[in-house]
Amino acid sequence: MAYRVKINGETRDIDAPQDMPLLWALRQELGMVGTKFGCGIGMCGACTVHLDGVATRSCALPVGSIGDKEVTTIEALGQSPVGAALQQAWLDEDVMQCGYCQAGQLMNASALLAANPSPSQEEIENHMRGNICRCACYKRINQAIARVAEEGTANV
Amino acid sequence: MFEATDLNRRAFLRVSAVAGGGLALTMTLPEMALAAQPAMPGATGGAMLGAFVTINPDNTITIVGKNPEIGQGIKTMLPMLIAEELDADWDQVRIVQGDSDVARYGPQLAGGSFATPMNWLPMRQTGAAARQMLLGAAAAQWGVEVASLTTEPGVVVHAASDRRATYGQLATAAAAMPVPDMAAVPLKPAAQFRIIGRAIGGVDSGRIVQGEAIFGVDTILPGMVYAAYERSPVFGARLVSADVAAAKAQAGVIDAFTVEGSGGAENLVDGVAVIGRNWWLANKARQVLNVQWDNGDWASHSTASYDASATQAWTSGTPQEVFQDKGDVDAAFAGAATVLEADYAYPFLAHVAMEPMNCTALMHADGSIEMWAPTQLPQGGQAAVAGYLGLPQDRVTVHITRMGGGFGRRLTNDYMVQVAAIAKRMPGTPVQLIWSREDDVRSDFYRPAGYHRLKAGLDAQGKLVGLSDHFITFDRPPGPFNPASMPATEFPANFVPNVRYGQTKLPTAVPMGALRAPTSNALAFVFQSFLDEVAHASGKDLPTLMIELVEGGTAEPTTNSGFAGPMPGFNPSRLVAVTRKVMEMSAWATPSGTGKAKGFGFYFSHLGYFAEVVEAGLDARGQVEIHNVWAAGDVGSHIINPHGAMNQAEGAIIDGLGQALQLAVEIEGGAVKQSNFHNYQLPRMPMMPQLHVEFVLSDNAPTGLGEPALPPVIPALTNALFALTGKRVRKLPIDVRQLV
Repeated sequence: MAYRVKINGETRDIDAPQDMPLLWALRQELGMVGTKFGCGIGMCGACTVHLDGVATRSCALPVGSIGDKEVTTIEALGQSPVGAALQQAWLDEDVMQCGYCQAGQLMNASALLAANPSPSQEEIENHMRGNICRCACYKRINQAIARVAEEGTANV
Repeated sequence: MFEATDLNRRAFLRVSAVAGGGLALTMTLPEMALAAQPAMPGATGGAMLGAFVTINPDNTITIVGKNPEIGQGIKTMLPMLIAEELDADWDQVRIVQGDSDVARYGPQLAGGSFATPMNWLPMRQTGAAARQMLLGAAAAQWGVEVASLTTEPGVVVHAASDRRATYGQLATAAAAMPVPDMAAVPLKPAAQFRIIGRAIGGVDSGRIVQGEAIFGVDTILPGMVYAAYERSPVFGARLVSADVAAAKAQAGVIDAFTVEGSGGAENLVDGVAVIGRNWWLANKARQVLNVQWDNGDWASHSTASYDASATQAWTSGTPQEVFQDKGDVDAAFAGAATVLEADYAYPFLAHVAMEPMNCTALMHADGSIEMWAPTQLPQGGQAAVAGYLGLPQDRVTVHITRMGGGFGRRLTNDYMVQVAAIAKRMPGTPVQLIWSREDDVRSDFYRPAGYHRLKAGLDAQGKLVGLSDHFITFDRPPGPFNPASMPATEFPANFVPNVRYGQTKLPTAVPMGALRAPTSNALAFVFQSFLDEVAHASGKDLPTLMIELVEGGTAEPTTNSGFAGPMPGFNPSRLVAVTRKVMEMSAWATPSGTGKAKGFGFYFSHLGYFAEVVEAGLDARGQVEIHNVWAAGDVGSHIINPHGAMNQAEGAIIDGLGQALQLAVEIEGGAVKQSNFHNYQLPRMPMMPQLHVEFVLSDNAPTGLGEPALPPVIPALTNALFALTGKRVRKLPIDVRQLV
């Protein structure tokens, strides 16, 4: 069954069963490997994408359920000012160790700041608790988000 | 005996000759290189295969990152050492990942925090040799003495005549200069360091934040298919039958076949491979395989049965083997004013690197195999695959990919052998094997569980005069490193007059391996907690006891660890320095506010000295709340990359706290009960305490940071909980119900 899905502003055709998670369609049907597989049950957040701007776990999102909603992935994160500011803050704070979870962290953080440009510490922690960083770079992830919340997108 | 020693020496010299001589041979400069070497795939400009350093005419410098990158920052840090002594402009440095190649690079591994001590000198010597050749070329060109020349980043300068030439301008002429003797090449005085000590961001980070393909599982080859592998959840089980036809009939499935195990869990276990055009489809088809397994007797094994066996071994009294017997411990106990006894235990643990195990392989028509492998031990993987396929090692090409974490899991290359067994069945077609998270959690090489029955004797002055341990561990196949072991010198054995350590090994089929700070991550908890008990019994605190124990002690001699070269022994004065430092940082003598308390832990592992203090409390729901962690570490004279160093120390501390608070792998029916992150719960952002890490610089060669900050945080936490509640945590993970 073919599905027509709008991804990063482009219309893409995906030939897959309706229950194939978007994650596997992105990675192996479309060759977009920025979105990561971590657990397959929505528990780690490595596969986070935006669905109409809302942070969504692509490992638990059947291709057949997307319909007209627009998908944004890490590959297009830099196109939004908040996304680009977060990418820069991630580098400035040298956030990552292995880096594998960071696409998901960035996608979740950008959804937070898009909806709430000045989150409190508690709001950052609560919003980001769904994303596991096995290397435990949480302090720096937190600092990078707080930095963009404070400085806005001026540094991009 | 003489022959063996001589062989060892030759083997060591051979490796250093490759590392040392190899530097010269592979210090390939543009003109020479273009004639002699094929271009490195993926590299630009004049970068050449096997060249550690290539100085290009356009002033860019290509440095090979030779070791596997698992997030420990080695791909950034080792090239920093070369660039420093080369006096390169870091902004002009490009770094490419080297393939697995012992002849070119010497040992390549990510493990044991070995990379820093092993490479501190040779990498700097490589850079210094290249700089020497550039100076030689400039001296010849300008007709001046080498001694009259200096360098600025990327430029040779003759101040007297105000002449300057960039490295790129000199590179071709420098290629004709004699290669200096590595051991004799002058190194910079530390005061002139421009790159060592500078906080430099990860070299791949810019690509990672853009979502570029960079990890092993991101490998895409033309015509590639995907494989899932069904194996028994019961360790040691053999395959009886499977309905491969049913799997083949599923949508998107290309093939399915049984695979016969070979060489145990470390190599290849029995299973069924399902091949699909999309991994999700292949993995889903595992559900219809209807596999029948022969579990033998192993399905009767469980955590409960191991607990019972440990208790039984203690009750029967005598350990199978005594591996430390010093003085007369029985007499010491008989004459002691106070005797303490306690039993400690800790569970199996899984690694759960974020990137699940995977590997891509292509069997070529000529029978050779090419692999794209996220592995911490590429040369070991190369050997294992060659062994399984019956190929000479040079017919196994291993491209090392960046890894989404390792933590020791990827030191065992079973997934490489697994994909080789699959690729063998489909020559000409690239295949990527991916494990589900459930496969990963249930097919690991676990941190061994263990049990310790400890006894201490104190004399009338409160001095520790006798110590014994009956350690219950597990039997495992012989190998170069046994994670289910305990050193005979386990602290404080060398600082107590009467000591007996014995062990009893239980049979198991549970595969075991190294988890970040292997053995130390468990033993630090046991011994630093029990010493805290000893400290309380003698009316002092643990840091005071630690300093008193080692008082008057001298540094233990350097030992030769084999492939990793000479390793300095434990030095008591470094323990004292970090202990005093962390006491000062944490205001140790000042009690915490109401509802909070501090605990201390020290551990020496992987050549690093860490003293840590945890301040903890209990929240309204009775859950442990960690407010602060102070850590003082001594890893030598320099912190090479403060970014990477701080990240490793902070990550290790949180890793240890996660182990203490909430992680356990339990065995039921011979299989692992846990399966994914819902029942193996890693730390998340809200648990973050305030972290305060400082390094104490000492006059010692720098050593690694992947591991040594982890072990002491666990007893620092449990000792804090004792100070807070009066309840002693003797079993991990912490059961908060026992604290009230």
